[in-house]
Amino acid sequence: MAAGDRPSRLPRRLERVLRWAMPLGLVLVVLGLWELGVRWHDTPHYILPGPVLVARTLVADWHTLYPSLLVTLRVTFSALAVAVVGGVGLAVLFTLSRWIELSLFPFAVILQVTPIIAIAPLILIYVENTHLALLICAWIVAFFPILSNTTLGLNSADHNLVDLFRLYKASRWQMLRFLRLPSAMPYFLGGLRIAGGLALIGAIVAEFAAGTAGTGSGLAYRILEASYRLNIPRMFAALFLISMAGILIFLALTLLSHLLLRKWHESAVKRDG
Amino acid sequence: MRADTPSGATADALLELRGVSKTFPNGTVALDGLDLDVGRHELLCMLGPSGCGKSTALRLIAGLGEASAGRLAWPNGGSAGDIGFVFQEPTLMPWATVFDNVHLPLRLQGRGRRRAGEAVREALALVGLDDFAGAYPRELSGGMRMRVSIARALVTRPRLLLMDEPFAAVDEITRHRLNHDLLDLWQGQGWTVVFVTHSVYEAVFLASRVVVMSARPGRIVAGFEIAEPYPRDDAFRLSESYLHYCRQASAALQQAVG
Ligand SMILES: Nc1ncnc2c1ncn2[C@@H]1O[C@H](COP(=O)(O)OP(=O)(O)O)[C@@H](O)[C@H]1O
Ligand SMILES: [Mg+2]
Repeated sequence: MAAGDRPSRLPRRLERVLRWAMPLGLVLVVLGLWELGVRWHDTPHYILPGPVLVARTLVADWHTLYPSLLVTLRVTFSALAVAVVGGVGLAVLFTLSRWIELSLFPFAVILQVTPIIAIAPLILIYVENTHLALLICAWIVAFFPILSNTTLGLNSADHNLVDLFRLYKASRWQMLRFLRLPSAMPYFLGGLRIAGGLALIGAIVAEFAAGTAGTGSGLAYRILEASYRLNIPRMFAALFLISMAGILIFLALTLLSHLLLRKWHESAVKRDG
Repeated sequence: MRADTPSGATADALLELRGVSKTFPNGTVALDGLDLDVGRHELLCMLGPSGCGKSTALRLIAGLGEASAGRLAWPNGGSAGDIGFVFQEPTLMPWATVFDNVHLPLRLQGRGRRRAGEAVREALALVGLDDFAGAYPRELSGGMRMRVSIARALVTRPRLLLMDEPFAAVDEITRHRLNHDLLDLWQGQGWTVVFVTHSVYEAVFLASRVVVMSARPGRIVAGFEIAEPYPRDDAFRLSESYLHYCRQASAALQQAVG
């Protein structure tokens, strides 16, 4: 091997550590600068609290923030679960019947393109149960990427394989079970990753629209409440929890996708060199 | 060359095509009055220029489409049912192991992994892939994937094996090896094979009979036996008679295109 082959190539283990250490270090530096700036200028904490104060608030207010986090997560995950079942189910129906697809797809598009913030107040009026109303809002935004991705995936099975299944007189159910669903898997998982983040956003937006009526009192309600009281550190603490929840959802779904596809799909296969 | 009956009527025909035409919905006439007999235990090579309707003909034989005119008959019983098909691409399921890919036809017939295990392993052994049952297609070379595809076509023990330019996408050395292996298998197992190719050399090396198709719309314009004994090996590729047949086939092909 020539000496100048890969001059910038780092040892594998070092590279793996750096992949985590670099972004983490950058975040720490930004937080440090923020804290320094706040202290240097003596910025009042009702305008911009430093990260240390936010962290302290997070700990001090944990007993109110944590239950709110759970409320928001419960809405998010229920909505995501219903979106998965409904999205995949409807996508399968679409592939079984062109007529169902033609008649229902426009509704799905309308739901998707109408901003959730504009529909949420209406839903909150018509649906008595606030928790259910929040769930519907989160579901509306999470549903579409799963439906459209899965539909695309179900229809993108290799046409030679479709012929092979026909050659062996496969039933519709066998075609679905052994060919279309596995072909759709990478598409579905891509949609799921988007939907996870969107479900959280939908839940938060709906909570904002519900405002003080939000008896379930999720994190968005905590932000509203804190803003009325000009409790800016608590707003930041709640915001931090929301971001963390979003990141964790994304990471978890990415991991799930990797585990399911690593054996065969190009997106998840490890390459040497 | 039998100029009068290029379709090569044999008494012991497995399959007869009579005046088969195929017009696609977009108006393309792919086949126009195709006459062809496939004799039992024959290794029939269909030779023709690209786009002349070779794949279309194979698909009709396999029951993957309806002829617009003409008829297909199985004079000695049987049906489109027990046919194996090998596509130009390996056409494997990337999410399934080699074992599961070869198992597929049996699974679709309702035979589970346990009951089909023996047959699957046998088919893998035939193509020399016993050791790769647990591998995924992406871990195999192009030639090995093609072998998996062949094993899958064999696993149901079909009476007729249809191969649509199966080795067109592999390199020449691999193609020669696969050709040899195919001949070995064919001789040992007594199958009937219809092998589509656009390579004169491949056709002459493999075939017990070659039929030549015209440019689109396709029909059979020439046919001749390759009266050379099997087993054929590399020496055959260098022999005088091989070259003679190749010249003959090339001339027929030239005429068919021209
Ligand atoms: N589904 C289809 N619809 C319309 N035209 C087709 C279709 N399939 C094949 N053809 C056309 O029919 C002709 C024969 O195709 P094919 O049988 O694939 O040729 P070959 O296999 O000999 O290369 C080509 O001109 C091709 O474009
Ligand atoms: Mg073809």
